[in-house]
Amino acid sequence: MDFLTLIQLLDSTVRLATPLLLACLAGLFSERAGIFDIGLEGKMLAAAFFSAAIAALTGSVWIGLLAGITASMLFSLLHGLASITFRGNQLISGVAINFLAAGLTVLIAQDWFSQGGRTPSLMGGARFEPITLPFAEAFGSVPFIGPIYQELISGHSILVYLAFAMVPLTWWILFRTRFGLRLRAVGENPAAVDTAGVSVVGLRYAAVMICGILCGIAGAYLSTALQAGFVKDMSAGRGFIALAALIFAKWRPWYALYATLLFGLFGALETRPDVIEALFGIKVQGALLGALPYVMTVIILAGFVGKAIPPRAGGEPYVKER
Amino acid sequence: MNGSDTSGRQETAAPAIELQGISKAFGPVQANKDISIRVMPGTIHGIIGENGAGKSTLMSILYGFYKADKGEIFIAGKKTDIPDSQAAIAAGIGMVFQHFKLVENFTVLENIILGAEDGGLLTPSLAKARKTLLELEHEYGLNVDPDAVIEELGVGMQQRVEILKALYRQADILILDEPTGVLTPAEADQLFRILDRLREEGKTIILITHKLREIMEATDTVSVMRRGEMTATVKTKDTSPAELAELMVGRKVLLRVDKKPAVPGDVVLDIKNLHVVDDKGVERLKGIDLQVRAGEIVGIAGVAGNGQSELLEVLGGYADASGEIRVNGQPLDLSGKHSDGRSRRARGIAHVPEDRQREGLIMDFSAWENTAFGYHRDPDYQSGVLLNNAAIRADTEAKMERFDVRPPNPGLAAKNFSGGNQQKIVLAREIERNPDLLLVGQPTRGVDIGAIEFIHQQIVALRDKGKAVLLVSVELEEILALADRVAVMFDGHIMGERVSAETDEKELGLLMAGVGN
Repeated sequence: MDFLTLIQLLDSTVRLATPLLLACLAGLFSERAGIFDIGLEGKMLAAAFFSAAIAALTGSVWIGLLAGITASMLFSLLHGLASITFRGNQLISGVAINFLAAGLTVLIAQDWFSQGGRTPSLMGGARFEPITLPFAEAFGSVPFIGPIYQELISGHSILVYLAFAMVPLTWWILFRTRFGLRLRAVGENPAAVDTAGVSVVGLRYAAVMICGILCGIAGAYLSTALQAGFVKDMSAGRGFIALAALIFAKWRPWYALYATLLFGLFGALETRPDVIEALFGIKVQGALLGALPYVMTVIILAGFVGKAIPPRAGGEPYVKER
Repeated sequence: MNGSDTSGRQETAAPAIELQGISKAFGPVQANKDISIRVMPGTIHGIIGENGAGKSTLMSILYGFYKADKGEIFIAGKKTDIPDSQAAIAAGIGMVFQHFKLVENFTVLENIILGAEDGGLLTPSLAKARKTLLELEHEYGLNVDPDAVIEELGVGMQQRVEILKALYRQADILILDEPTGVLTPAEADQLFRILDRLREEGKTIILITHKLREIMEATDTVSVMRRGEMTATVKTKDTSPAELAELMVGRKVLLRVDKKPAVPGDVVLDIKNLHVVDDKGVERLKGIDLQVRAGEIVGIAGVAGNGQSELLEVLGGYADASGEIRVNGQPLDLSGKHSDGRSRRARGIAHVPEDRQREGLIMDFSAWENTAFGYHRDPDYQSGVLLNNAAIRADTEAKMERFDVRPPNPGLAAKNFSGGNQQKIVLAREIERNPDLLLVGQPTRGVDIGAIEFIHQQIVALRDKGKAVLLVSVELEEILALADRVAVMFDGHIMGERVSAETDEKELGLLMAGVGN
């Protein structure tokens, strides 16, 4: 395998890791606050549809992005109502959101565009274009560093850079701000937060809404940057892989980056069986690589690679004690 | 007025807290009925009462968890509304709950600033808190490592963190709810020294407890609650434990269990070199040797979490162990396929688990269903391949009658009985099977005094029938009252065995703290 192939492989790793990373950080905010969210998938899907649809209708990808985020936040609100206000089962609410999004997107797409549940292909300003970083062309000829800068670091859509910037930002919010301290506390022991005079409900809603925003960006990235338009079920299980990455990352932001990059690499390899053949001399089914994130999560959960301890109050609605 | 007399001065100052006519109902249950109380500043005021007397409800109203239906609260003479915890904190009230409200994987410092941060960024808040904490530690002699993680601290230390949390929020009034439940006697003494120090510094302390001894030792004034009403407020030095007990229950109470000397027979339970490793790989039992004879009650004393629960779990058949246990001379299977509750019952072992709500009963199931559990293969309960529900109901009704369970309704779900009656349902199920060995954990936790008497009598009656009883309790008083012999557990070992009649709380307390002979 030559250097350029490696760069290409890593380049598509970054592209594929981006939606996983955004969704994983979304889940991180929610679950750190004690609200399990298996509805990441549904929220991404809804955001993917609405951002593509609105971008197609208005011609502006930014309005599309806003629409996607709004749609995802509405689903978050639904999850919040069910699991925080009405203290319902968080898993059931998540499953419901996934089904709702899967059905709703296709239904509305068919009604609006009559293209078999798709949106029209997005072009020009209705899509996030790759950004060429300064001096990418000039640097390109420098050996080794040049191609890395030109091919790997430069030339992504703005959402990719945003996703990667979210990692240190998330870390900073969680571990260096008052909000982060309270958010982590409410996921570990809501009673401690409550008796300290801070609203458990308010904190959990805030976390769930942040989750909605990030899922919205992830979904918009799928349909307006990675692809040029929405197709049925285009999130394709990424929400679940993001959840797997979250467990793999032990609910920590930097680990989330590494986990999603790793899973992104599997995704990139899935489309390049020739690389594996060249490296190991064996043919591997692409689907097998697609299953690897799940296999690894099971291994992590079984406790083979250190313990993954979820937030202690995760999944349990908070009820004041007598 | 006369300024040289301390109590005289306190009488003239405005009360730190004054409650007037507080009432609170939960549905048809009147938890607090027209309660008025004055707590003087710079005193330790005890509130004593049985479980369910309404002490916790009253304090929850004071801390803003509940809103009173009627009544007024005055803090330092000023009428104050307390709609939530935030308002209580602002009014200078700090609360140390029975179950600590700490984030276990946070540091001491993080727990202290939680909810009381200065501004949006943590670094300056933590720095300021560190400085304040050092001052507080110095002022009150409350030393805690600010960077220690809570889960690595002992319960005594965790309680200090709770007190520091309140002091950091500049609380003048400190409410402690059953603070000694998880402490060794030595730790409890230490707590009372801290409270003394706080009182000297001018803080007002409300101590809620059901332990008469603590009230007598620590408080200046005591208020007694019974069935939601405040029945009396007296100066501690003018009263006696017997008088307080009578005020609590409303009738004369036997504080000691009436029992004849034991007549021990053959060894029923023989434990040799028992080891248990839990699923985290921590060794919980580190070589236990213990015998229980027919016709005697052996009590296991110790602070919660020193291996008593694991011992009961192994004997009850739901935890694996290594070593040897013989019952009536025959070995028990400790880790194989006969290591389960059913096999244990077949060997004449009955078990009243420590946590009746999780291990003893299914709360949503009715009393008769709960009575059948574990004994559902009883031939009397069968009707062909089906269960004979009518027979189980009839049997349950008879058992409820003999154990004075109220209401005697077998169809009522377990959760609708009071704590004492739930415990009686479990006891009736196990004792009525006439076991050779009864395992009983925390028989009177959360049970009112009237029911305690009855439960103790039943356990002693089983002993007098020549059966062996292994009693685990964190209440030393209970162990001393019931057991014929006492074994003290500390850190997975048996620290020592004593004959109850020849020992006292002080000696056992030292053993509980791991101090050997």
